[in-house]
Amino acid sequence: MEILAYTDDHHRFRSRMRAFLEKEITPWTHQWEADHITPKWAWQKLGRAGFLCTGVSPEYGGMGGDFLYSVIAAEEMAKTNHTGLASALHSDVVVPYIQAFGSQEQKKKYLPGCVSGDIIAAVAMTEPDAGSDLASMTTTATEKNGEIELNGAKTFISNGINAGLVIVAAKDPDEPNPYNALTLYIVEDGTPGFKRGRHLEKMGFHSQDTAELFFTNCRIPGQNRLGQKGQGFGMLMEKLQQERLVTSICAQAAAELILEITTDFCKNTTDRDQKPLSKSQAAQFAIVEMTTEVKLGRTFLDKLIAGHMAGEQAIAETSMAKYWITDMAKRISRRSTDLFGDYGFCEACPIVRAFRDVRVMPIFAGTNEIMKNIAAKFMGL
Amino acid sequence: MHFELDKSHKEIQKAVREFVRAQFDREMILESLKTGNLPAAVRKKAAQLGFSGIHIPDEYDGGGMGLFEYVLAAEQMCRKDASAGMALMLSGFGAECLFDLDRKNLAEKYLPPVAGGKMRAGAALFEPGAGADISGTQTTAAASGEHWIINGDKAYVPNGKTAGFYVVLCATREDADQADISVNSGNPLSLIVVDADTPGVTAESAGPTLGAGMVDFAHVGFQNAAVSVKNIIGNTGQGLDRSLSFLNQARIQAAAMALGTGQGAFDRALDYTRQRSQFGKKLAQFQVTRHKLADMAAGLESARLSVYQAAKAFDAGTCDAKTAAAAKLTAANAAMTAADEAVQLLGGYGYMTEYEVEHFYRDAKTLEIFLGSPGVLKDVIAGGLIGKLR
Repeated sequence: MEILAYTDDHHRFRSRMRAFLEKEITPWTHQWEADHITPKWAWQKLGRAGFLCTGVSPEYGGMGGDFLYSVIAAEEMAKTNHTGLASALHSDVVVPYIQAFGSQEQKKKYLPGCVSGDIIAAVAMTEPDAGSDLASMTTTATEKNGEIELNGAKTFISNGINAGLVIVAAKDPDEPNPYNALTLYIVEDGTPGFKRGRHLEKMGFHSQDTAELFFTNCRIPGQNRLGQKGQGFGMLMEKLQQERLVTSICAQAAAELILEITTDFCKNTTDRDQKPLSKSQAAQFAIVEMTTEVKLGRTFLDKLIAGHMAGEQAIAETSMAKYWITDMAKRISRRSTDLFGDYGFCEACPIVRAFRDVRVMPIFAGTNEIMKNIAAKFMGL
Repeated sequence: MHFELDKSHKEIQKAVREFVRAQFDREMILESLKTGNLPAAVRKKAAQLGFSGIHIPDEYDGGGMGLFEYVLAAEQMCRKDASAGMALMLSGFGAECLFDLDRKNLAEKYLPPVAGGKMRAGAALFEPGAGADISGTQTTAAASGEHWIINGDKAYVPNGKTAGFYVVLCATREDADQADISVNSGNPLSLIVVDADTPGVTAESAGPTLGAGMVDFAHVGFQNAAVSVKNIIGNTGQGLDRSLSFLNQARIQAAAMALGTGQGAFDRALDYTRQRSQFGKKLAQFQVTRHKLADMAAGLESARLSVYQAAKAFDAGTCDAKTAAAAKLTAANAAMTAADEAVQLLGGYGYMTEYEVEHFYRDAKTLEIFLGSPGVLKDVIAGGLIGKLR
């Protein structure tokens, strides 16, 4: 029995998206990996085909789909075995801030572009000295005469180079309580005082642009504040459950893909005696054990997705899922590569890219250590 | 058993540490990872100081030391930089097969340039589709007058495109009839030295690799490649034993590289967590961070004992295949654990190229597969423990 109630419409959406990605996206991924960025036209193509921001209401150009469309979109994108077109981050992590907390005017101004792919969105929380410890961030926002001035540096910002819109978390320097000091602001590309730093080189996620962002006397109009002043922390906390869930969905899909490729390889590759590798008992046990882990992850995850859609708050469980599933994907990537022999350390081997890509998942969207801290707190430990 | 490094061993460690401190400049490393090769000047310096040929007998211009000393050097080198250390210490990969020959013609010709850093070597043992199994070698060498005529394909040969010569495992036959030559028809296996520029030899890059970014791996093909009959290492029929002995040695070498890789990742994690503050204290003050560091160190310490012990046994002539395989299994696992935790402890920085541990993680994974994935090594160890059952 399936936990999630996918309808025929969902299934049709999945097949349509899969066909679209196979034709329009997958053929380019090697190029984008080499370029270390995904071109903006790919976002536009994806958006125009209806695969970005499926949750945005029709009023702003979206399809007003339920969260299962987001799940499908994230899973199908993960199957392209590249991470540059970070549509789940855009559609289900960043844009929801505008959907949930934006003014009518902000929604009208930005959401249609986010849906069409003309605007690529990013969220900037992490700073060079404020990673897990968000409360220690030092980027400031001073509001005067209806204008806001931002000063500070952000780092590890995904979509950082491509972003047309960045949601920036900044602090009121006059507010001593860090939890009341934080506000979110919308900064558009091209705003004077907003500069990109380096395009960061990293282990994986090569097709995705990760960048430093600098704000120096960066002035934005007062209406670019998202929600009320001082409400930033609450807004982040409210949206983090979905961010962790989306991260888990991407990690789960990556693990499933790695295992599928590995299993096929072991079935279809023979040793010198023409015996398939999958006839080796050790390979069989490895594949069975890994499949068991993947299925456990899937069951846990689907249950949390169902709860999330029903409006349940499951902070401890979602944190556990983020930690366990991203670690599981990493374990699967390590163990699977062993089954390929020397081919397993060549970039030509299809799971080697995934090996590099999944390694960041236990780190981003809150490190797994932070996930365990949160779970411990909510378990009353 | 108690290991106390004597003065000369400590001097080797010190000399290597001084060398890497002076030569493994971070900018140079990051650049070399992009180009896929170490600067010639660094290779030359390593050779001049006698590190890359530390175990080559002194009569052939090498350091005249044993595998144990090689292990110490490789560990310290990879500790400073895993990729660069591998590139330097693997530069003579396979030349070991020439160390103890009764007929010295090959050693005299090939070992001095390897010791001097002027030539690289590539052991060409494994074949496409055969995994780690070398007993069924299909590459053939047929004696034809004054020549061996070699035909076949070898996979994932280290230094495949840059080596001056290959040490090739072949099924040999003394008469010129080239038809039906393979070990399956009872032909003995032999190791033969083949110059890389021999007509009929082709090397095709295996492409970019996950780690070991300054070592080139290639598939090497032999099509009627003719080499002198004198290029045989030892006698016909000694190839399998010699290859297996070389593999023992090479696995201990790889284990030392893994040990250094893990140690290097640990060093960086220790430095970082002692300096980085979050939530008002140093990361190294959090209990879980401390336990992670403790796990990493404990794993590396047990790996160190296993690798040192295997190298000592090899030098004493008492190292069997299971001891060498166990050293590599233990060290690669400790390296992966340490590198993985180092990436995690450095957080976002751990994933960034400029903070180095990300390539230690890739190098550790590469070493976990190179010369035998865990499954292959366990087969070897179990074979040694259990023997043949009937």
